[in-house]
Amino acid sequence: MARALPITHLQALLDRLGADGRTVVGPVARDGAVVLEPVRIVDELAQGWRDEQAPGRYRLVPGEPRVFGALLGPQSPKTWLYPAKLTLFRAERDGASFRTTSPDRPPRLALLGLRACDLAAIRLQDRVLLGSGVEDPAYASRRREVLLVAVQCHRSAETCFCASMDTGPEVSSGYDLRLTEVIDERGHRLVVEAGSEAGRAIAADLPLVDVPHDDDAASRQAAEARAGQSKSLRTEGLRERLLDALRGPHWDEVATRCLGCAGCTMVCPTCFCTAVADVTDATGAAERVRRWDSCFHTEFTHVHGGPTRAELAARYRQWLTHKLATWHDQFGTSGCVGCGRCTTWCPAGIDLVAEAERAATAERRTE
Amino acid sequence: MNDPWVPVPMTIRSRRQETSDTVTFELDASAAPVRFRPGQFTMLWRYGLGEVAISVSGDPREPERLVHTIRAVGAVTRPITQLRPGDVLGVRGPFGRPWPVDEAEGSDVVLVAGGLGMAPLRPAWLHLLANRERYGRVLLLVGARTPADLLFPDQLGAWRARFDTEVQVTVDRADAGWRGPIGVVTRLLERAGLDPARTRVMTCGPEVMMKFVAREALRQGIPADRIAVSMERNMQCAIGVCGHCQWGADFVCRDGPVFGWDRVGARFAVAGV
Ligand SMILES: Cc1cc2nc3c(=O)[nH]c(=O)nc-3n(C[C@H](O)[C@H](O)[C@H](O)COP(=O)(O)OP(=O)(O)OC[C@H]3O[C@@H](n4cnc5c(N)ncnc54)[C@H](O)[C@@H]3O)c2cc1C
Ligand code: SF4
Ligand code: SF4
Ligand code: FES
Repeated sequence: MARALPITHLQALLDRLGADGRTVVGPVARDGAVVLEPVRIVDELAQGWRDEQAPGRYRLVPGEPRVFGALLGPQSPKTWLYPAKLTLFRAERDGASFRTTSPDRPPRLALLGLRACDLAAIRLQDRVLLGSGVEDPAYASRRREVLLVAVQCHRSAETCFCASMDTGPEVSSGYDLRLTEVIDERGHRLVVEAGSEAGRAIAADLPLVDVPHDDDAASRQAAEARAGQSKSLRTEGLRERLLDALRGPHWDEVATRCLGCAGCTMVCPTCFCTAVADVTDATGAAERVRRWDSCFHTEFTHVHGGPTRAELAARYRQWLTHKLATWHDQFGTSGCVGCGRCTTWCPAGIDLVAEAERAATAERRTE
Repeated sequence: MNDPWVPVPMTIRSRRQETSDTVTFELDASAAPVRFRPGQFTMLWRYGLGEVAISVSGDPREPERLVHTIRAVGAVTRPITQLRPGDVLGVRGPFGRPWPVDEAEGSDVVLVAGGLGMAPLRPAWLHLLANRERYGRVLLLVGARTPADLLFPDQLGAWRARFDTEVQVTVDRADAGWRGPIGVVTRLLERAGLDPARTRVMTCGPEVMMKFVAREALRQGIPADRIAVSMERNMQCAIGVCGHCQWGADFVCRDGPVFGWDRVGARFAVAGV
């Protein structure tokens, strides 16, 4: 039988998630957007807000009764599991040589409020950063410790296309806890389901009540979200169609609209590119610092003699064909989970789904 | 657990000025021998300044001596080439896929080097010489801008003097003392009298040069999968996670830097992939 946490006891969940020294990270409304930040008390959560998204547009509107009423902001689990900036190691001089020390232990995390597409994005980053030969220690240490608390989407944004990517809207696997927020004549509650041993242990400590009528709450809400999702990416043969169109005319056209700002790659929950640089201080100590990077930056492909992707058209093509085509060759799956962030946060309103379709069908340039 | 991002300090044992801008270092790897295959590379870290991908140019039978030949071209390679014996570099690696020297056993093998391309090919050549009986004809075709730009000129002379190798050197522009051929290195390939049915080609140099070498080899009837090239791309990690070296579906650091022409030839025709 389904079990639920009355919304009045939500603090018990935050407390339990943070009980063993974990940092609980959840959706917080900040400067007009929902971001993922540490939360200690319920009032910090983005309760009462609903997001409106469209290509190049994001708006929070008030009046939403739900705690988890806003779907997706510009941040994603990547922000916490693969931070935008981190120290790989520190070093100090030791005579003519040097000694290295490991970076500080990363925080143990509980991520609260993740969506189905967020869990899918974590699965993709796992393949890249854990599963393709060499493990990235910074990601591995955060990933191994994290608790993932997902929320079932009850609606889709205009920019969502997870159904066509087979990554949502149902939260179906990869979570420690799945929450389904229900508001009806019986009250306001979170149906709680455990997906792992860790999740079961947490659920056992919560003041849950039996709710026989909520057995199918999650699938009902997922069905509503699916029914309301109008956007979809035509994925059949997309890899082949895009790779056939490498010389197509579309890339030059989209490059006239693209600002090359790299925003899409920053908000994309699966983009993994980074650059490493040395930082030294007055004592002579050195750090190797890694930051998110983007294939939209000209210096990204810098070699002696200049960048290998000097044209913005080539850089846009790299982004789109990597996400939707060569990712399949590299990691056996699309690199896109259909979250729509790249489209919402593009200052030029460039829509990934529309561009993929145009690029893949544009007439091939004859030589 | 070994952190793949953390370099091992190694002391420079010797330094040799090869040309005006290129230096060969031998690093003391006795504490952490670098067992490498010809064509692999390491990441060299100059403390506090940065890290660069550099091919191993030494002898694969000597893992305790790590040899690198480095051209000063920019912000990191310039200060690295200024180092002296006793100075220390950080080393990660070796990384990448090697030249197909094992697959080439029983075949004639032609190495075609342009400029600094001789550095990653040198271990392959040393491997061929050390296992001479396992190969048919072995040819080393070297091109340089001028005689002063030739890498390892003394060794080229010694290899050339052997009766069981064919070593040819050409320059774009000669000086007064030059007696050898003048012109592009593909010319040497045209005149090598190769048997396409039993020849393997391995080439490293500027991309246009490799393209012309591959084109000439194909023209002679050498199959695309017997032609190998070694690629250079921006590299930040060498372990397949930073994304910088992507070239089509390949990560050059992990799937290369050595590639068969059958896999990558088409890519040479599309700029900026
Ligand atoms: C597999 C492989 C093998 C190689 N083997 C050799 C070899 O044997 N010998 C040799 O001499 N060279 C070799 N190279 C080339 C060598 O790695 C480059 O010449 C070297 O990286 C140049 O570094 P630099 O900092 O001195 O030059 P720069 O031109 O100053 O910078 C090039 C590097 O600096 C970084 N960089 C510079 N500017 C920026 C920026 N604006 N933003 C971000 N990053 C930036 C990048 O990491 C870039 O790789 C090899 C390269 C590869 C990929
Ligand atoms: S490409 Fe766009 S829609 Fe796809 S996962 Fe990245 S941000 Fe989301
Ligand atoms: S799309 Fe660009 S930034 Fe994103 S993972 Fe691919 S190469 Fe890196
Ligand atoms: S150098 Fe980082 S992925 Fe290849």
